Amino acid sequence: MRGVVKRFGPITAVDGLDLEVPEGSCVGLLGPNGAGKSTTMRMLTAQAIADEGELEVLGRRLPEDSKQARAECGVVPQLDNLDVTLTVEQNLIVFAFLYRLGRGERRAAVDRALEIANLTDRADTRVDKLSGGMRRRLLIARALVHRPRLVLLDEPTVGLDPQVRQELWALIDRLRSEGTSVLMSTHYIEEAERLADEVTIMSHGKAVARGAPMALIEEHAGREAVEIYGSPARLAEVEAEARAAGHATRRTGTSIAVLRLNGDAPEGERRPANLEDVFVLLTGEEIA
Amino acid sequence: MSGKVGRLERPALLGVLMREVINFSSYWRSTTFSATVEPTIYLLAFGFGFGSLVSTVGGYDYVEFVGTGTVATAVLFSSAFAAMFGTFIKYKFQRTYDAILAAPVDTEELVTAEAAWIAFRAGVYGCVPMLVAIVFGLAPAWGMLLVPFFGAIAGFGWACFGILASAMASSIENFNYIISAGLTPLFLVAGTFFPLTQLPDWAQNLAQLNPLYHLVQLVRHAAFGFDAWADVGHVAVLVGFGVLMWRLAIWRLQTRLVD
Repeated sequence: MRGVVKRFGPITAVDGLDLEVPEGSCVGLLGPNGAGKSTTMRMLTAQAIADEGELEVLGRRLPEDSKQARAECGVVPQLDNLDVTLTVEQNLIVFAFLYRLGRGERRAAVDRALEIANLTDRADTRVDKLSGGMRRRLLIARALVHRPRLVLLDEPTVGLDPQVRQELWALIDRLRSEGTSVLMSTHYIEEAERLADEVTIMSHGKAVARGAPMALIEEHAGREAVEIYGSPARLAEVEAEARAAGHATRRTGTSIAVLRLNGDAPEGERRPANLEDVFVLLTGEEIA
Repeated sequence: MSGKVGRLERPALLGVLMREVINFSSYWRSTTFSATVEPTIYLLAFGFGFGSLVSTVGGYDYVEFVGTGTVATAVLFSSAFAAMFGTFIKYKFQRTYDAILAAPVDTEELVTAEAAWIAFRAGVYGCVPMLVAIVFGLAPAWGMLLVPFFGAIAGFGWACFGILASAMASSIENFNYIISAGLTPLFLVAGTFFPLTQLPDWAQNLAQLNPLYHLVQLVRHAAFGFDAWADVGHVAVLVGFGVLMWRLAIWRLQTRLVD
């Protein structure tokens, strides 16, 4: 997408966004709530129509050829919209129909999706009897029934336990290794860092940085950070000194992190710089 | 998929329809119960309650009169209500439409398939009061075989009306206005329980605009003998109502679902 703008009344949700997902790669869209990530996702399925700019998905121009594009995309929504009174298998069958699989292909596609989600032995369980993690896995499997070329994941692990999140990461990683292109929005830094080949950091509807996670960290935060703890007065002092020495700093609540070190680091706890440092530096926003 | 795609594609309609059919397997009992028992209660209550006071209306046995009239009631209840509540729940609470529109399905196909499914059900459920009336003495007639089709045509219009209403409602409480001010008067002033000739002229003229009235007339004629040109007119009104509601429902739902 190029120069895409989307307004809702006086609010500009997406403000001149450029975004590209190279074939076979996983791109992370990282940003706080309200940065325009979900709106971006909805525009890719023509469920929101851009006011300006050009969108192309799998070689189809949007919105006019969106239906053909949608046929080759899988969408995992942020909010669970499974049919809860149906069984796991029935949910998958419905999507096999919606994505136009032929009579002969449906059975195998459903079995394959069950296997991907590791829900084969739950095929006959009603969705409202599943745990939160199983429902999420089903939601992802449902998006894969028709072997899409591009998968759009909107906050795939929001609100889940750490171990469930890791299960889903393995699932998403498997997709990418099988050559499916993935666009994933998230506000979990770790998720983007682990899964994405390339990250676009969004803030207020704009892309403020893009690149491979490691490259972004090196470019904007340096290799290492030093965390300095102390009283608020001491922290303010450290902050002023570090800035004077040409370092970047960020407050983390209880400490000051000094970034972009170049040999002359102040005393403190050393740790590798991370994507969160980059994010805060670039957007001035703290996120969880 | 390659090249330009048409509107109202069969695979898209089939997909939405299959979703409804598979879902129906999980709730058919309650739906069938309410769609058939309620009109039957009206039929029995009015048929026997009133029937003991008035033996004939417009030349028919009162049970026969009400038994044919409540077919329209059953069609209305099983289409307008199902569409209103079903659409609202799917769109607002379950977000089903988000999932469907992310698939290669357009709003037009979504509305058409859902309304067609409700119309089919309405055609079937609509026959129940007539069958009950047959048990109580309504004479079977060949014309009655057309009743499911009349019911389905009207049901399609009412289903689209329900989808339109839910696309315009901001909360489910808004349905109270539509039901009290819209559907209840239409249901009472359709010639179901008493002939419209009992009403003042202005009300009789207004009733001509009520699709339910035209359905009631068609069902009575199917049971007691067709009146060719008048019945073509009644069918035309129902088809017109259906087409109008269909387009309006698609238009409103589209603005609701696509930002």
